[in-house]
Amino acid sequence: MSKELDYLSRKVARGHLSRRDFLGRAAALGVTTVFANSLLSSAALAEGPVKGGTLKAGMQGGASTDSMDPATWQSQVPYKFGRQWGEQLVEIQADGTLNPKLATEWGSTPDAKVWTFKIRKGVQFHNGKEMTADDVVATMERHSDANSKSGALGVMKGIDNVKKDGDTVVFTLKEANADLPFLMDDYHLMIQPNGGKDKPTAGIGTGPYKVVKDEPGVRHIGEKFANYWDGDKRGHAAQIEIIVINDATARTAALQSGQVHMINRVEPKIVDLVKRVPGVTIQNVAGKGHYVFIAHCNTAPFNNNDLRLALKYAMNREDMVQKILRGYGSVGNDFPINKAYPLFSDDIEQRAYDPDKAAFHFKKSGHDGAVLLRTSDVAFPGAIDAAQLYQQSAAKAGIKIEVKREPGDGYWSEVWNKQPFSTSYWGGRPTQDQMYSTAYLSTADWNDTRFFNEKFDKTLIAARAELDPAKRKQMYRDMSVTVRDEGGVIVPMFNDFIDATSAKVGGWVKDGNQEMSGGYALSRCWLNA
Amino acid sequence: MSGPVLKLVAQRIAMGLLLLLAVSVLIFAGTQILPGDVAQSILGQSATPEALENLRRDMGLNDPAYIRYLHWLGGILTGDLGTALSSGQDIASSLKGRLWNTLFLAFWAAVVSIPLAIALGLLAVRYRNGWVDKIISGLGLASTSLPEFFTGYLLIYFVAVRLQWFPSVSTVYDGMPLGERLSAIALPVTVLTLVVLAHMMRMTRAAILNVMQSAYIETAELKGLTPFQIIARHAFPNAIAPIVNVVMLNLAFLVVGVVVVEVIFVYPGMGQYLVDHVAKRDVPVVQACGLVFAAVYITLNIIADIVAIVSNPRLRHPK
Repeated sequence: MSKELDYLSRKVARGHLSRRDFLGRAAALGVTTVFANSLLSSAALAEGPVKGGTLKAGMQGGASTDSMDPATWQSQVPYKFGRQWGEQLVEIQADGTLNPKLATEWGSTPDAKVWTFKIRKGVQFHNGKEMTADDVVATMERHSDANSKSGALGVMKGIDNVKKDGDTVVFTLKEANADLPFLMDDYHLMIQPNGGKDKPTAGIGTGPYKVVKDEPGVRHIGEKFANYWDGDKRGHAAQIEIIVINDATARTAALQSGQVHMINRVEPKIVDLVKRVPGVTIQNVAGKGHYVFIAHCNTAPFNNNDLRLALKYAMNREDMVQKILRGYGSVGNDFPINKAYPLFSDDIEQRAYDPDKAAFHFKKSGHDGAVLLRTSDVAFPGAIDAAQLYQQSAAKAGIKIEVKREPGDGYWSEVWNKQPFSTSYWGGRPTQDQMYSTAYLSTADWNDTRFFNEKFDKTLIAARAELDPAKRKQMYRDMSVTVRDEGGVIVPMFNDFIDATSAKVGGWVKDGNQEMSGGYALSRCWLNA
Repeated sequence: MSGPVLKLVAQRIAMGLLLLLAVSVLIFAGTQILPGDVAQSILGQSATPEALENLRRDMGLNDPAYIRYLHWLGGILTGDLGTALSSGQDIASSLKGRLWNTLFLAFWAAVVSIPLAIALGLLAVRYRNGWVDKIISGLGLASTSLPEFFTGYLLIYFVAVRLQWFPSVSTVYDGMPLGERLSAIALPVTVLTLVVLAHMMRMTRAAILNVMQSAYIETAELKGLTPFQIIARHAFPNAIAPIVNVVMLNLAFLVVGVVVVEVIFVYPGMGQYLVDHVAKRDVPVVQACGLVFAAVYITLNIIADIVAIVSNPRLRHPK
C-alpha cells in the first residue's frame, strides 16, 4: 500500500495527478487525510523547488509606525520581512542546531570568553558592495550603543568589544558564554553595510530578496536579488509580498479567496473550521512560547512557598490545553523550558492537577481569604477564559481566586511586572540560558516573578562557561527543578504556532523557532507549478 | 450673488477659521495633559536622566507651553507637521497619502450613496405610507442597524470568498490603475453606503413631508401638477437645507469614522494610521490627525451652512 501511495504522491508533485484525486485515492487505501497531506508535502520537497511567481503572505503584527531599522523591530511583520532581506552571522535550524550564514565557522577559547567568527567571502549587499568583516564589526557596534535603542542591546551587554582580524571577527566577552553563537541569530543583528550607521532605515542587506516597496502597516514587497550567494536553498519565488492583515477573519478570508498564499496566527478556536476549507493546510508546530501566571516571590501572600505550591497544584493543565488551545499545544511544568530547547531534560516529573495537595499546601501557608489575580485579553489569546477556568479548578481545592479584568491599553506598563499576581506570555528564547537570564536571574530587568535565588544565579552563570554538554544539561536540569518547586511562575501550557497555507505553497518546513516556518517561510517556500 | 449673502458667507468662513484655531488649542492642551512626557515615551524604560534631559532640550520641551504651541502652529501654517516619533518619517508626506486614500474611499461612497439616498427618499414620499415606502424604510433601517463589521464579513464571505467577484483585501497603492482601484474598494464602498444610506434617506423623506403640509403644495395640487412634479419642483428645493445638513454630517462620518471598515478590508486610510500612532503614544502624529479631522468637519459644516443660506430666498433677499 505504501508503495502505491509513494508512487501517487510523486505523480502529484510532478503535476500528473491533482491533489484532490490523490487524497481520494489515499482515502480509498484507508489512509487519513492528515497523513496523506504530509506524504504529499514530502514528495513535493523531494521534487525540488519551483522558481518564479509572486508569493504572498497575509500577516498579523504590522502597523504604520513600523520602521525599516532592524534595531527597532518588535512586531511580526517588520521582523519577518527583515528575515527575507537581511541575514545574520548564523541561523538556528528547526532542530535547534546552528547553520552557518554570513559566518562560515566559529570557535572559542577554552574558557568561552573569546569567540572568533570567520566571515563568508563573496557575499554581496543589495547595493553591489561586498560584505566584509568591517560591516560585521560596525553592525555589532551600532547595536551595542545605548543611543540606538536596539532590541538586541540586552544581547550585546555581555560583550566587551568586537574587533576585526583579517577576515575574522573577534568577540571578547565580559563573562564566559558558551551560547554566544546562538545569540548571533537575533533578528535585530542583520548585517548592514557599515552596520547601518549611515542610514539605519536603508533596508539594504545580503538576503535573498531586496526591498522594492516598504509601506509600513500596508504592504512590503521584495524582489529576488540576482547575486544572492545561497540561491539554491533560499529565494525561489521571483517576488514576495507581505500584506498586513491584522484582523483574523479578514486574514482567513484572504487565504480562502486566494489573495494570499499563507497566513500567520490562525486562532485555535477556528482551526477546525479553516481545516475544512479545500486546499488549505494548517501548519502547526510546537514552539517555545508559553502562557504564564506570575506571582511575585517577594510580595505577601506570595512570599510563602506553600501558597505558591498550592496555586501550582490548583492548575488544571490538561484542561487548559484542551479548552484554551483546543489541543494545539502541550502542558507546561512550571518552568519556562520544554523539549523545543537544546539540552532539555525530559525526566523531570510532570506536575498534575491535585486539589488535595493544593488544599494541603494552602492550609499550611496559613493564608486566609481570596487571592487576587489580574488579567486582560491582551495577556494572551483566551487569557480571561483561562483565568476563569483556573478560578474554578482552584475553587475545588478550597482556594478562592478573585479575577480582576484590567484594560488592555497599559497592561504591559501598569500591570505586568508591577502587580503581584497576573497573567502574561513569553515568546521563548533560542537557548535555556537566554530564557533564564531574561526573566529568572535576580538582576534581570524582566524578572517578573521577583525570583531571587543565589544558588540558581550561580548555576546559571557557571553553566555559561561550561563547554561540556552533559554537565551543562545537568546544570539546566537543576535550575529547572528549582524554578518548578520554588519559583513564582505557573506555566500551564506551551502554545503551538498555527499558520495556514494554500494548495499552491510547496516546501514548507516545520520550524518551531518562530511562526511562519521559523520566520523563513517566504524564502523557503515556492509556488507549485 | 448679492451683497448680504456674500457677507453672511464670509462671516461663516471666518467663524470656521476661528473655530479651527480654537480646536488647535484644545488638541494641543489635550495632548499636553496626557500622563508621561514625550521624551520619556521615546526613550522608553531604559531612559537615563541624562539622556532624558538632552532629548528634552533638543525638542524644546523645557520651553513654556504657549511657546511650544506657537512653534507648532507656525509649523502647521507653513505645511510642516514635524516628524513621527515612532518611525522618524515626515508626518506631512505620510499623512498626505493616507488622507488621499480616505478621501478617495469617501468620495466614491458618497457618489453612490447620496444620489441613491435622495432618489429613494423622493420615491418614499411619492408613495408615502404605501408598500414601496415601507419596503424602502424597512430595508434602510435594517442595513443601518447591522454593525459595519457584520455587513463587512457577510460581504467578504459571499462576494469575495464564494463568488470571487471582488477582492476581500482592499489594499490600494500609488500607481494602481483606476479600474483595479475601484474593484479593490467595491466592498468597503458597499458597506459604507449601507451604513449611511438610511440616515440620509429618512431625513430627505421627513424634510420633504414637512414641506408637503404647506399651503403652496395644495395650490400646486389644485393647479393639476403630477405628484412627482410637485415633489421635484416645489417641495424638494424648499427642503434642501436640512437634507444638505444631514448629507454633510454623513460625509464627515465617511472621512473620520471608518476605522472599523478600514481594518476589516485592510484599507490604508487615516483611521488605521491614527489608531496605530495612538497605541505608540506618537503625539505629533495624533495632533496632526486630530487637526485634519477637525478641519474636515468644520469645512463640511460651513458648506452645509452656505448651501442653506444660498437656497433660502428669505436670506438671499432680505427686506
